[in-house]
Order: sequence, then structure tokens, then C-alpha cells
Amino acid sequence: MTESTYRIQGATGEWEVVIGLEVHAQVTSQAKLFSGAATAFGAEPNTQVSLVDAAMPGMLPVPNRECIRQAVRTGMAIDAKINKWSRFDRKNYFYADLPQGYQISQLYHPLVGEGQIEITLDEKNPDSSTKTIGIERIHVEQDAGKLMHDQHPTRSYVDLNRSGVALMEIVSKPDMRSPAEAGAYLSKLRTILRYVGSCDGNMDQGSMRADVNVSVRKPGHEFGTRTETKNVNSVRFVMAVVEHEANRQVDVLEAGGKVVQETRLYDPDKNETRSMRSKEDAHDYRYFPDPDLLPLELDDAFLEECRQSLPELPDAKRRRYEEQLGLSAYNAATLTADADTARWFEALLAEGARIQKKSEGEVAKASANWLLSELYGALNRLGKNLEDSPVGPEEGAELLALVADGTISGTIAKQVFEIMLETGECAPRIVEEKGLKQTSDTGAIEAAVAKVLADNGDKVEQYRAGKEALFGFFVGQTMKAMQGKANPQVVNELVRKALA
Amino acid sequence: MSNLTDLTVAEIRDGFRSGDFSAREVAEAFNANVAAAKALNAFIVETPEKALEAADAADKAKAAGEALKPLSGVPIGMKDLFCTEGVQTTAASHMLEGFKPTYESTVSKKLWDAGAGMLGKLNLDQFAMGSSNETSYFGNVISPWRRSGGDNAALAPGGSSGGSSSAVAARLCPAATGTDTGGSIRQPAAFTGISGIKPTYGRCSRWGIVAFASSLDQAGPMARTVRDNAILLETMAGFDPKDSTSLDLAVPQWEANLSSDLKGKKVGIPKEYRPDGLNEEIAALWDRGIEWLKDAGAEIVEVSLPHSKYALPTYYIIAPAEASSNLARYDGVRYGQRDLPDGAGLQDMYAATRAAGFGPEVKRRIMIGTYVLSAGFYDAYYTQAQKVRALIARDFEQAFEKCDLLLTPTAPSASFALGEKQADPLAMYLNDVFTVPASLAGLPAMAVPGGLDAQGLPLGLQIIGKALDEQTVLNAGLAIEERAGFTARPEKWW
Repeated sequence: MTESTYRIQGATGEWEVVIGLEVHAQVTSQAKLFSGAATAFGAEPNTQVSLVDAAMPGMLPVPNRECIRQAVRTGMAIDAKINKWSRFDRKNYFYADLPQGYQISQLYHPLVGEGQIEITLDEKNPDSSTKTIGIERIHVEQDAGKLMHDQHPTRSYVDLNRSGVALMEIVSKPDMRSPAEAGAYLSKLRTILRYVGSCDGNMDQGSMRADVNVSVRKPGHEFGTRTETKNVNSVRFVMAVVEHEANRQVDVLEAGGKVVQETRLYDPDKNETRSMRSKEDAHDYRYFPDPDLLPLELDDAFLEECRQSLPELPDAKRRRYEEQLGLSAYNAATLTADADTARWFEALLAEGARIQKKSEGEVAKASANWLLSELYGALNRLGKNLEDSPVGPEEGAELLALVADGTISGTIAKQVFEIMLETGECAPRIVEEKGLKQTSDTGAIEAAVAKVLADNGDKVEQYRAGKEALFGFFVGQTMKAMQGKANPQVVNELVRKALA
Repeated sequence: MSNLTDLTVAEIRDGFRSGDFSAREVAEAFNANVAAAKALNAFIVETPEKALEAADAADKAKAAGEALKPLSGVPIGMKDLFCTEGVQTTAASHMLEGFKPTYESTVSKKLWDAGAGMLGKLNLDQFAMGSSNETSYFGNVISPWRRSGGDNAALAPGGSSGGSSSAVAARLCPAATGTDTGGSIRQPAAFTGISGIKPTYGRCSRWGIVAFASSLDQAGPMARTVRDNAILLETMAGFDPKDSTSLDLAVPQWEANLSSDLKGKKVGIPKEYRPDGLNEEIAALWDRGIEWLKDAGAEIVEVSLPHSKYALPTYYIIAPAEASSNLARYDGVRYGQRDLPDGAGLQDMYAATRAAGFGPEVKRRIMIGTYVLSAGFYDAYYTQAQKVRALIARDFEQAFEKCDLLLTPTAPSASFALGEKQADPLAMYLNDVFTVPASLAGLPAMAVPGGLDAQGLPLGLQIIGKALDEQTVLNAGLAIEERAGFTARPEKWW
């Protein structure tokens, strides 16, 4: 672990930035936290609202076990203390998007206690420093509805589809010291949530959003007064908020002013934050235990099931890729940065090992290289991502197997892959139909080598005079003459022999 | 044939089964009594057609030789705190005037599913907040009882289930539902000479009952006999997955196990319930009650509930705190009353709507509740009250190590005249002094009539039982009922 050296240069010297994030992550679940209503994104307004969500008289909340399970699994994934006894509290305030007049949340006894996340500032750089960011708590709570101000000239409408949807509020400690650290933390958290499957991490759909707490201080001094910028919905914006807000606070302090503890809003168009309300107009939320709900008590069997259901997590996976599969740090980091990529890679690996009757370790490097260069390159070009790749892991494994057993050369493999992308045909069939099998027939290759040497007598002389770099030229010409179908190793051998 | 409206639930059920009368005859008789009793103002909505519909279904089933349901042929009144599908549900407030739920509360649904028919929605104190029924937006209910000696003062039927108590006492329904948060079944039962039981917290689902104070609210029956209470409670109780605080336990066969033989039972008499200045007639009735239970075979022991004196202040912190939050949903946005003055913004709409929609007592409790939950006051009031609540519950646990049930008065006085205590909320709150402790502890408790005072007004006794032991409570109630021989009924003046 290393100390951050990020500093803001002010007129009075250097300032250090202190950052904490409260991330709201929508729990992946078919139903809401306390009602059976559906949660799908993008439905027509007010079509996913139960009597409970609309707070009709006499309606009562009943906790949805799946939401609790997902929050517990998330806690386990960040190595946090799971509280077997927790409780729901009501946070009381009036707003048109809050039908009950209170949000059911957990203030006093959250479901998940302290945990931690390890971040790497540059995931792709094995020498980059890592840092542990503390997690204060995770609690579960209801989301509010949404006001729509653009439906009527003088009135506002309310859409309650989101009302009651389960959120996890993941509260970090004030452990981050730079925009890059804040960005790395949010990215890593998103990766973990997607691995666990407890949140889809779709920030543009509002499934994940962050409240960014920022303060500045002279290095070594006490924490300064913080501001909280609400509902920031991308990694890039979080970094921008930190940078902007830290600089604004430094300006205020150096001009002799005081930072006001307040809630701010981020305007991505102007890249600035604006005051929303100060501490003085802060609500008195009158938190108290929700009397409609019993304390949440988790038994050992439930916790064990949660633990058993956890997948291999990104850090462990990355280490395994490096240590057991022998991948480079860069490849291991890239392949594990996203759960979908890792899943795709592992399918490729499993299928490759099966076809080639080898261990996964033996096929890992070629698989990783092909995925990260060939496949990614093609997808980039086509403007597609892994989910809608025209070539699946099974097809990819077939192609790689043909290279591995010497049926085709790497060069031919590229051609075959292009045809696969275009036609959707499988590799063995393309190779068969187009006659692309490489040959190890020494007679044919010897004939080709002889012709190349005969046609390039001047170069042969230069080679023999010491210009050894020409060796590649002869190999290339031979391959060309063989239309790329000659086994490169055999070609090498025979060229060397002929020149000896 | 005797007057059908004088029959108990058990008598109606059995008489209908044996063919003494049709269900329709019963429903028509009660519908007629309801229609003729406007002066009592017991109903907010009358639903004679619902009563007839259920009766006709019962008659038809019987004619077809089909199996009859537990309450086939029995019409009842429904406190207007229970949401009833398609029938206006107001909690006696202007706020919900005109509100017709699209759903049926669990308890009322269980009753209809058991064959009961609805005579109408019964008046109550607004949002169940009150002890005299004077806080109803739809006018106060008047007790059918009058003081002897030509005093024609209109008397309080108790509250909050005052429509229920008045209607049952006046033979407008053989039984009714009530809800009890701090005594709202027991005190009105005592005021009107009928019986009512609040079961253990969690026995009856709260789903679909307009909430007052969630940790205290319990539904229960009100009727003229202990047996009728047992019959109704068996139908009303039971686990409901839609209420997280509902108890996942089988419903006992309370009626079949009724027995007034109390041999081997110990009855605790809490000494703190006999304060200086306790009404002499109440004290005398209590002594008679002790003798009746002895006569039934029980042993009497003195017990102590030392924290009882804090029960009322504790209750008047916790109940308003929960109410202030539970009633936040009445904001004018989605249903019910909405006041939107010209040019008003959201905050103005809230203020106008809630100012117009809530009555003074409801506002008072919302204010108290908001205050005790506020930053800086929370620990001193709410947290402290929760601690005292735990001590009160512990008092009962310790007392029940020495006895099986407790006998106390139900209310500190007989019914009072309407208007008499309205100006003094604290005097009104004192009505709950004997009933609130069992509510705070979540224990089953029942009121049974014991006799009349010198003015000819009913007085009740309260039996408090161990958690889940409704059977012993009902059995002791039956023992008192058999010995008290309470046959008095209000003389019809309405």
C-alpha cells in the first residue's frame, strides 16, 4: 500500500482531498423489497405498483427474502461482518415521490457491517500500487418513485414504478485521496456487484449511483468540512465531481471563507456542482424502528447458503489466472475486470481443453491472446460487445484447436476467423471447404524452397556472405508459394537445411 | 319465535341450522333495527344489501344440502377501520371520506368467507383515536344506555370502537368487529354492558386495517356473550403472510374448549390497580368478581405490577409516535381528501389537505408523535418509553410466574355524558389506565359486564391472560358471566 501523492496546489500550499462514497445499488430481484410488484426497467409509468408501494390505507410491508440474500452475499464478497440481527427503521419526510411519507431503511442496525475492497489504480499495470478502501456498512432500503415535470404545463406527475425497489446503500470510509482512487473504487465495486450478481451495475439506467462526499485539508491536519454531491451516475462523473469540488473548496478556503456542510448537485453539462440545501434546512428525519416489521434474524443455514452461492471473486480469479494458468498480469487483469468477460473466457478455456484433450493451463495463453487481440479487435470493428458476439466460445475453441494441432497456421486462422464472422460457419468446415489445411508434406515444401532459392540467387549469396536477416525473407517467400498452408516449423527447418 | 335480534351469535347460528328461521329473516330483522336507530349514529354506512346477499347465500346452501360455514346466517357490523372492497372506508375521518378500497382486509375477508354478512360500517373515533367516539368526523355515536332517574343526557358509548359497542348493546347487530390499541375494544364494551376481547398481539392480521399504532393495534370481536366472542375470534384469528407481525400458529378451538371450571387456576390481583380514590362502585364490583372466580374454583393471589403507573405516559409516547408516521401517507397525492388552493405548491397542498382532513385529536397526536421522535428529544421520550414498555412487559411475566390470569376493572368509571371530558384530553386519556398495560405487553385481555352502578349504567371487569392463552381468558370470562347474571339491557328510546 502506498500513500496517495495527489495534491491540489493552492496559493497557500498543497491541499489533500478526502473522499468517501455512498453508493446506492439496485438489488437484482424480480420483486420489490417489501412487495410483490415487479422491478423491470423501462416499463410504462405506474404499471409496476402494488397496493403496498402506493401506500394504500392498511397496507403492510413484508421483507423479500431474495433482496436480503443478495445484500448478504454482497457483504460476504467484500469480506464484511454480516449482522445476524438487524432492523428496519423509518426515515420520515414528505415528498410526492414517497407514498408512505417515510422510507424504510436501516439506520441503527444495518444488515452488513465493516468490510473492505482492494483497489488497483491501474488495473492493467502489474506494478501499479494497490490500496485497501474500508467499507463502513451496507444497509438495505426502499427506493422512491419519480416525479415527471414534463407531462403537463402546470402539473407534475408521479411514476411509482421504482417506489419500493430494493437498494443497497454501500457506505465507504473516507479512505480515498484522489479522483483516480474514487474512480477505481467505484469501478471495482461495480465489478464485484456484477460478479456476485446482486446488482446489474447499469449506471445509465440508474441501477447504481453515488453520493460523493468531499473535503479538503492541509496534509496531516484534521478532516475539513465535507459536502455531499448527490446521485452521480458514472465513474467519469464521480472523478469530475471530486476534482471540481475539491478545487472549489480550496478556492473558498484560500479566499478566507468557510466550506458549508451542504448537499450539492452535479451538472454534467456545465461540469460544476451547485448547492441544493444546507445543513440548516436539512430534514429532521425522525428515524425510529419500523413497527410493522420484526427484527431481521438470519440463521446459520441461510448464511451458509449465501456463502456457498458466491462465485469466485475478481481478486481471487485474477490471482488464479496468473498463478495457475500462467497468464500475464495484464491479461489476467483485463479478463477478470468484468464478470461477463471472465465467464466468456472460462467457457472458451473449458471447451478448448475438452476438444484438445489438454489441461486448461495448456490452452490458457493461446485462448487469452486470441480473445483479447483477435476477438476484441473484431468486436471493436463491428461495434459489438461480448454479449452479442457473432462467434461464441465453442466456435472460438474449435478455431484455436485447429491452430494448436497444426491443421492451420496462425495466419490462416485469421482468415478463417474473418469468414466465421461474416458467414457464421464453423472453423473446421471453412478449413475443409476452402482447402486451408496446412501441409507438412516435406516433398512439396522442399520443391518450393528450391524454387525460391533458385529465383533469388543474389539474396542467397548475400545471406551466405553474412546477411542472416534474409532468412526470414526465404521463409516468407516459401510460405507465400505454399499459399500459407505450409507448416511454418517444417518450412523453417527445410530453408535452414537448403541454405546450409 | 322469540325476537330474532335478541339472539346471540351462537343462537342464530344454531337456530338457522336447525331450521327455526331462515338467514334472510335474521338479516331483515337486524336491517330493520339498523334502519330504525339513526339516532344512535352507530353506522357511517349501512349495507343491508350485503347482509341480505350473505343470508340468501346461506339459505340457498342450506336448501341445497351443502355444508354450512361457521358463521352462515350470522350478520355482523364492521368497524369502519377495516378496509372493505367497494364499500367506503373512512376511519371516521374527513381525510378518507369517499374512499372505496379495491381490497378487503384479511380479518373482514375471513369473516365473509366464513359466511357472515355485513350490516354496515360502524362509526368510531377518528383513526381510532379517542375514548368516547366524539372525535368522529361523522358525528359522535350515542350510547343506547341512559342514566336512571330521568336524566336524558346523551352518554358516550366509549371509544374508539363506540359504533360497535353501541350497535351490539342496542341489538342492531348480534356482534361486531373492533380494534384495540390501548383499550378500544374493552372500554366501550364495559361502557355498554357487552363483552369484547383483544387477543394476543399477532393473533389477528393487521393487513387492511387502517393503521393507528402498528405495534399495538389488534382486531378483536365484540358481542353480548363470551361464547360469541370465542366463535368470532376463531374466524378472525390466524396467520397471514401479508403481515410480518402475524403469528404463524394454529388457531385453537376456543369455543369447543370453553369451560367455566377454574379449579387449579390462580387469579392474580394487581395491587397497583387499586389506587386511592378508585371509584367505590368499581372497587365493589371488583371484589364481587374476585368472589365469583373463587366460586368457580380459582385461587386468588396478590401480585405486583410496579411499573403500571408509567403505562399511560409510555403509551401516549409510543402510540402517537407510530401514528405520526403511519398517518403521513394521507397527503392528498394519491387518494382521499385533497385541498389544492389556487397557486399552491406541494408543501401548501400538504398543509391544506392535512389541516382540513384531520380532526383536532388526530392533529394533537400527530404533533405529540412528531415531537417525541424529533432530533434531540428522541432518546428522552421514545427510547425511554421503549425501555419502560419492556419493564411493563417484564412485570407481567413475573406476575404470571405466580398466577394464570389477572382480574382488574376495565375502566375507572362508568360511561360519562358526551361533552363532559372533551375539553380535557388528559382526563379523557385516563379512561385507558387499566387497559393500556396489557396493550403495551401484547397480552390477551377481555372485558365482561359485571353489573350496573347506582345510576343504572354498566360496569365491566377485565381479565388479562398470558400471551397466547386466550382460552383461560375466555374461560374466566365465562365464569364471571355465569355468576354475574348480567341481563340488563338499555331501554329503547331511539
